[in-house]
Amino acid sequence: MDADITLTVDGAQQRLTVDTRTTLLDALRERIGNTSPKKGCDHGQCGACTVLLDGDRALSCLALAVAHDGAEITTADGLAADGELHPVQQAFLERDAFQCGYCTPGQVCSAVGVLDEVRRGWPSHASQDLTADPELSHDEVAERMSGNLCRCGAYANIVPAVRQAGGVQA
Amino acid sequence: MTELLEPRAIGRDTVRRDGEAKVRGTATYAIETPVQHPAYVHPVQATVPLGRITGIDTSAAEAIEGVVAVLTHENAERLASTDDREFAVLQSDEVAFRGQVVAVVVAETSELARQGADAVEVTYAEQPHDSALRVDHPDLYKPEKINPSFETDTAEGDVAAAMATAHVTVEETYSTAMYHNNPLEMHATTALWDPSAEVPLTLWDSTQGVHPDRAAVCEVFGLEQEQVRVICPFVGGGFGSKGTPHAHVFLATMAARAVPGRPVKLGLTRQQMFSLVGYRTPTIQRMQLAADRTGRLQAIAIDVVEQTSRIKEFAEQTGVPTRMMYASPNRRTTHRLAALDVPVPSWMRAPGECPGMFGPEVAMDELAERLGIDPVELRIRNEPERDPETGKPWSSRNLVQCLREGAERFGWADRPPAGHREGAWLVGTGVASSVYPTMRQATSTARIRYEDGRYVAEIGAADLGTGAWTVLPQIAADALDVDEGDVEVRIGDTRYPIASVAGGSSGTNTWGSALTVAAREFRTKFGRSPADGDEVSGDVDQASKDDAHAAYAFGAQFVEVRVNVDTGELRVPRLYGVFGAGRIINPRTARSQLLGGMTMGLSMALHENSVWDTRLGQVANHDLAEYHVTVNADVGDMQAHWLDEHDPYVNVMGSKGIGEIGITGTAAAVVNAVHRATGIRIRDLPVTLDKVLTALP
Repeated sequence: MDADITLTVDGAQQRLTVDTRTTLLDALRERIGNTSPKKGCDHGQCGACTVLLDGDRALSCLALAVAHDGAEITTADGLAADGELHPVQQAFLERDAFQCGYCTPGQVCSAVGVLDEVRRGWPSHASQDLTADPELSHDEVAERMSGNLCRCGAYANIVPAVRQAGGVQA
Repeated sequence: MTELLEPRAIGRDTVRRDGEAKVRGTATYAIETPVQHPAYVHPVQATVPLGRITGIDTSAAEAIEGVVAVLTHENAERLASTDDREFAVLQSDEVAFRGQVVAVVVAETSELARQGADAVEVTYAEQPHDSALRVDHPDLYKPEKINPSFETDTAEGDVAAAMATAHVTVEETYSTAMYHNNPLEMHATTALWDPSAEVPLTLWDSTQGVHPDRAAVCEVFGLEQEQVRVICPFVGGGFGSKGTPHAHVFLATMAARAVPGRPVKLGLTRQQMFSLVGYRTPTIQRMQLAADRTGRLQAIAIDVVEQTSRIKEFAEQTGVPTRMMYASPNRRTTHRLAALDVPVPSWMRAPGECPGMFGPEVAMDELAERLGIDPVELRIRNEPERDPETGKPWSSRNLVQCLREGAERFGWADRPPAGHREGAWLVGTGVASSVYPTMRQATSTARIRYEDGRYVAEIGAADLGTGAWTVLPQIAADALDVDEGDVEVRIGDTRYPIASVAGGSSGTNTWGSALTVAAREFRTKFGRSPADGDEVSGDVDQASKDDAHAAYAFGAQFVEVRVNVDTGELRVPRLYGVFGAGRIINPRTARSQLLGGMTMGLSMALHENSVWDTRLGQVANHDLAEYHVTVNADVGDMQAHWLDEHDPYVNVMGSKGIGEIGITGTAAAVVNAVHRATGIRIRDLPVTLDKVLTALP
């Protein structure tokens, strides 16, 4: 069964017809041709497909496209839509926070989400005080970024990159 | 001896050339290749571990609107070569392991292809299978050679006699688990068969070597090299699993040939990868060490038992590092295999050295404990002056310096006593050595052309995150004596000259050597003021290859482990590595590679374990939710350092290769630290909390 939906992807409105089984990730990659979000497991286990969905980080492989008619989606490519890298992307580049690059767009979107969540005062498992404003400590960032697997093992560079982008002097 | 290149670009901390594309997600991986109107391919896998297909009913699949073709052994084309039984897809009714592909469905969309695959009805005559590796398996055999071409067994002196008379001995059995490479980019191939085109077959494949990939496809399909082009600018990790093609490459090609003129895309699922793209065999390692009162080894022996598949042999060279690591007059290494009804094992990061630096490096720690000698000091006392196996001098060997510098950086001298407790946590420290051979492949050619005021170098090399896009221009710039910015290097396409596979930590050594030869010939022929279009090719320099020295990179890894006394939870707050790996071409990408290897080593120590179900003949935990790998929160203060090492024998760059050494020894260092913290000696990986908890006081 097919359905007609509208998505705003990286600022551009897209009308498309999708199989109702089509995930948001496959709609982006196979229908719209935006392959910035990656498929690493298709089961919400690796984080490579992370995008910003209506402003929050989300696993696009676990979302059905038809359920997100009208949604606004930002991919890692869209974070640099004006040609300037986002501060998170710039920090990833400077800190060499990736190798093969396949998990990277998901890491970048996730990191943008993390910085926003911390700004909003959301606690994590690593927060010592659940009511205090969280700080961008190593442990906080590592915990919050742990839904994004990196098989090349760039974690030791990802945490400093995210902290740098969040304004921590390190 | 080779005169090393004068380093100007070499050694610089250059940012990755492909970095911006990667942080934006615009670097294009195989399945993402933009092609017109692609069809999608989904495999159907055998649901029995051994047997014969008695019937395939494809009618329900074919009745689905949008299904373009269903290929089975009954209607698939006959291949020109079926010698390699992993590659000989859809050629017979035999099922050799659960998960083997028995059909593929080609459809208009990925959803329809998967629906079609579900609709294919296959019936089997199942046969009793044997997929359980045991140290006393009755069919253990001695392979003719071990990967890639080492002697299977070696022996010198009399190990048994030394064991009988030595002051202290260690005789223990260690095991490593089955591991799956699991690169984040799932294996995938986009294929186009256009019989009317000059080059009829184009494959956009995720591979560690476009030329070896092409050679295999040509052989299997009976095609000439000129008829096939393989393209792969980016690889989303491989760690060996993309070092050789696997069944899906041939299935994609076959599917493309079934729909001429139309591109097809075949992307394996994560679950399918657990039976179709190789893995590291589990290993059982019986170790024997004998030492005198001062800790000097009198004997060292390793007897390895591991598995291979019945349809294709892969013999992991687990005992090889024991042949050269430490001095000892009496030595033995053996390898025995069980050929089982299992998927085909293959390369995974540091085949041989990775599992083979587990048992021996834990055994050395056990020996140190029994002797009452510091484990750093024990290793230093067994430093061999020459390669114990060949008698050759070392090209350079700085293991002792790595141990000393690592100990200094880590604060080894002031480490807490055994069983040290801080609150609910037991704290322990451990050390192990690392090693990886320095290799250069025999075949690679680089072409250099002067074009629009720049030097363009072309070679069919691969960058699987290793940094080839970035470091090859640094090498070429120094070889041409120009600025790095004046050089462009193009890789990942069989239209460029032949390159060896990115494996064995040999890529930079091999391709860099070819680049320097081409650069020298370019200058000889055209001088310093070339004309536009001037072009020359150069082959990897065999003349300067030094066979008189034993060449290896060495390292030492230091670990702090914390074990929770109530839960057995294990944390690794510190992991430091110091390496002697020759000249470092790019400190930024090199550090990432070393840290990446150590991270994967930590993963092997604490998490990774493909749990084999011997009744069903399959991996039970075949996805990333249950096959655990190290995540961000598992990594604490992790540091990689290196010595300023000058090796004039390895190659003109002075580089030894750094892709694999980082994973060797890590798991042993963790196990040794767990012992220091808890007194519990874990000899079977991974170190999971259940193993610790049941043994805690």
